[in-house]
Amino acid sequence: MKYDLVIIGGGPAGLSAANAAWEDGCRSICIVERDRELGGILNQCIHNGFGLHYFKEELTGPEYAGRFIEMLQNTGVDVRLDAMVLEITQEKEVHIVSSAGGYEVLEAGAVVLAMGCRERTRGAIAIPGTRPAGVFTAGTAQRYLNIEGYMVGKRVVILGSGDIGLIMARRMTLEGAKVLACVEVMPYSGGLTRNIVQCLDDFDIPLYLSHTITDIQGKDRVERVVVAEVGPDRRPIPGTEMAFDCDTVLLSVGLIPENELSRGAGIQMDPRTNGPVVYENMETSMPGVFACGNVLHVHDLVDFVTAEAARAGKAAAAYSAGKQLSTDHVLDIHNGNLVGYTVPQHIHMDAWFAAVDVFFRVRAVCGESCITVTDETGAQIASFRRERMAPGEMENIKLPRVLLERAQGAITVSVEEGSK
Amino acid sequence: MYDITIVGCGIIGASLAYQLSQYDLQVLVLEKENDIAMGTTKANSAIVHAGYDPEPGTLISRLNVRGAEMMEDLCRKLDVRYKRIGSLVLAFDEKDRKHLEKLYDNGIKNGVPGIRILSGEEAREMEPHLSQQVCAALYAPSAGIIDPWGLCIAEAETAVRNGVTLKLRNGVTGLEQREDSVVVHTESGDYETRYLVNCAGGWGHEICALTGETEWEAMPSRGEYYLLDKSSGSLVNHVIFQCPTAAGKGVLVTQTVHGNLLVGPNAVPVKSPYNRETSLDGLDAVAAASRKSVDGIDLRQSIRTFAGVRAVTSESDFIIRPARACPRMLHVAGIKSPGLSAAPAIAEYAAGILADMGVTLNQKANWDGTRTQIRFKELSQQEKAKLIAKDARYGRVICRCETITEGEIVAAIHSPIPPCSIDGIKRRAGAGMGRCQGGFCGPRVLDILARELATNPLDILQDGDGTTLLIGETKGGTKA
Amino acid sequence: MTNIICITCPKGCHLSVDEENGYAVTGNSCPRGAEYGKNELLHPVRVVTSTVRIDGAMLPRLPVKTDRPLPKEKMFDCMALIDSITVQSPVKVGQVLAANILGTDVNIVAAKTL
Repeated sequence: MKYDLVIIGGGPAGLSAANAAWEDGCRSICIVERDRELGGILNQCIHNGFGLHYFKEELTGPEYAGRFIEMLQNTGVDVRLDAMVLEITQEKEVHIVSSAGGYEVLEAGAVVLAMGCRERTRGAIAIPGTRPAGVFTAGTAQRYLNIEGYMVGKRVVILGSGDIGLIMARRMTLEGAKVLACVEVMPYSGGLTRNIVQCLDDFDIPLYLSHTITDIQGKDRVERVVVAEVGPDRRPIPGTEMAFDCDTVLLSVGLIPENELSRGAGIQMDPRTNGPVVYENMETSMPGVFACGNVLHVHDLVDFVTAEAARAGKAAAAYSAGKQLSTDHVLDIHNGNLVGYTVPQHIHMDAWFAAVDVFFRVRAVCGESCITVTDETGAQIASFRRERMAPGEMENIKLPRVLLERAQGAITVSVEEGSK
Repeated sequence: MYDITIVGCGIIGASLAYQLSQYDLQVLVLEKENDIAMGTTKANSAIVHAGYDPEPGTLISRLNVRGAEMMEDLCRKLDVRYKRIGSLVLAFDEKDRKHLEKLYDNGIKNGVPGIRILSGEEAREMEPHLSQQVCAALYAPSAGIIDPWGLCIAEAETAVRNGVTLKLRNGVTGLEQREDSVVVHTESGDYETRYLVNCAGGWGHEICALTGETEWEAMPSRGEYYLLDKSSGSLVNHVIFQCPTAAGKGVLVTQTVHGNLLVGPNAVPVKSPYNRETSLDGLDAVAAASRKSVDGIDLRQSIRTFAGVRAVTSESDFIIRPARACPRMLHVAGIKSPGLSAAPAIAEYAAGILADMGVTLNQKANWDGTRTQIRFKELSQQEKAKLIAKDARYGRVICRCETITEGEIVAAIHSPIPPCSIDGIKRRAGAGMGRCQGGFCGPRVLDILARELATNPLDILQDGDGTTLLIGETKGGTKA
Repeated sequence: MTNIICITCPKGCHLSVDEENGYAVTGNSCPRGAEYGKNELLHPVRVVTSTVRIDGAMLPRLPVKTDRPLPKEKMFDCMALIDSITVQSPVKVGQVLAANILGTDVNIVAAKTL
């Protein structure tokens, strides 16, 4: 089977990439989705708050996904559901298995990686204690609660203040559970401020910043957790322990892009994002393979995933139509002060574009600050002001082509705090 | 009336059940948990030791070397993952180097094949990530890595297929000695048997106490581990030990047969074999010790931390002898490290003692001591295609991290010892072993279990009895 | 003067609401922020999202939401009402499942076609 474009993953990124590629004239597209329906993680994100940027209205996750699925139904895009990709070869053959289709090899003109991410687990953060039932990642609990219709517990402590954890605090409370505390090891929340207000404050759920769970107790099911304050080294401070009698611990301690297929294909990875290194058109180090959404870097807002995936979809459509970009003149983007990563990491200067959107995260909470872009000579080619930035909120700057053309060698994005 | 009743179905009980299943005997295995391999068997270093550690002349030394010798063939017959990758014991100073010589001498006396002492440079040539501080190493090519619960399950399943009776949730509560038999009381029934074998692992002293006499003292010792993602699995190619101390064999760094990197254990005395919690101090100690051996261990790649408890006793050797106050009972107790390595040899040896005690071992005519398991991800493209064409459930991947299909999970559920929990599926099919630790596949495995066992999803357990996952339905549905 | 955080969008503006001065809002970046600031002090409202039982569908639960915010203090009454609803597949996104609930002009609507 041959397709001009094979998209791996039918969540928000894959859906947007497919629609954008179709719009740009690509007529041979296949989405491979491992679940039994399209929409990805949005199907279990039944809360509202999606689409304010893209649709200018507030939608729930299923509604947001539904709009894209509906758009897709008016195209000729093929969808393989309940199908798992085992491997992507150097020749861009996509090996898939499914109950319906057996073992298939799809020969792809271009590939879009849109596999999303997974949650960090208890093991990844090595929480001491016993190993009883009742410790769930927030996303797993969300699936049980919102899709399958099961309660996972009655008295809950949430570790981590990522958005999924905060949203689950409200969902569990509304469904009748008692959420005793949300515990965050950092001195600031990992989630959006609005979610602290509407998910914790609305229900009088205390948020303990600079605290962590130091012990999980219980033989069969969680019976109690011990929470302690942490010092600047994030180690527990003896004598600050508090015990909570609970039957459930939800973990919202970070997301990791799911790049096993990308690694298997030999695609160059960025250890800072845990996703592929990409150019401004979302192309990875493997020509004709593009990446977008949470497989590339973890996003806070699905609207940005949609926009990024549309860029990937368009670029993949162009590639499969024979418009391949030269890598003779590549501009590298480096990370300077307080900048944790950037996406993209490279820019094809021979490509046509008016401006490049550069996404990044700061490494610490910053008050009023200045984002600067400098070249290798130290010359400043652009600067942007922000009132406030936080690691939990992705930042975005637009670099017009005329400015990039002025740069001597690689450019560096840095953040300086203070009003200048 | 059973001929032989085995108490406990960890690796020792299962090995003995497998050994005895080839004879014309009515064999019963009693296990207190809801599944087998639930004690030390599921939480240990998963190593087949070469046999240079134990003091020459002990039962431990003999059975270790013999067990290591039997392991490869046994694992081939039972389709259990095993790899003879060899081991290195590291020396960091002159004192350690002296110790290596002692181990080398032990090894020669114990009959360990192929061992030799390497210089630091030679060792680093074999293992590029070894610390620069390593000045010498003892190399033992016959050491290996194994899937310990896989072996236990394979042996028990094969025993059951060959006529052995296994009863789960039958913790032994009392013994009643009669003239020609013993009646074993359990939580769920009474069973009369001619002979009884105590394979209760960390609980062996409790079974012994039911005879009215205390023969040894239990001194359980906990070991904590980090299990790292497969991306770290190839950091080392051999089992890397440090010089053993009185507390144990020290912290090791090794690949596992599943492709992960395993780091641990420490040794902490605990009150009970149920004390399987990890501690901040313990994990820190393991982390620090492992970094001494190998450079570049990235514990951020950890996917699980866990602890196991060794069945250490007040006796230095394995305790394999008839009970003093119950001549029809054989103890196979105090099987601490290297118990896993010695297990097949322990079973062989215990069967010999049972014969001495009066059991007649007549070979069955139709015994089949082999077993195979379909592992989808290990098949070739053509084999995969064929398998899915035959049974479409092999085309549905449930565990993404480990590429485990619905077909494999269903096969595990309908195996001779059907699991009733998510972790029971994990131990048999491998679903949930990977980097997301069942985050994605847990709900799907639960679904399949409930469907295949025709039970309410609310009754599906994480692991042992009481490890309830779901407490009720939303929208007013509650668990009765 | 009361300081609150706007929850209208992910931006999370820090608002100051002046009760003495006709609930004038400062710190907002858009008109919706001004409205939110005033409402939040006078009569706070929230959208409720949850699920209802659905029969005859591929999945056992259908996601639902209130089609507009309802008074914050009625959230748990709204949940009790949602818990009592069972619908039959097929349901279309936007379909009203319960109208004018709890004496308000708020409806509970399906958030997915199922």
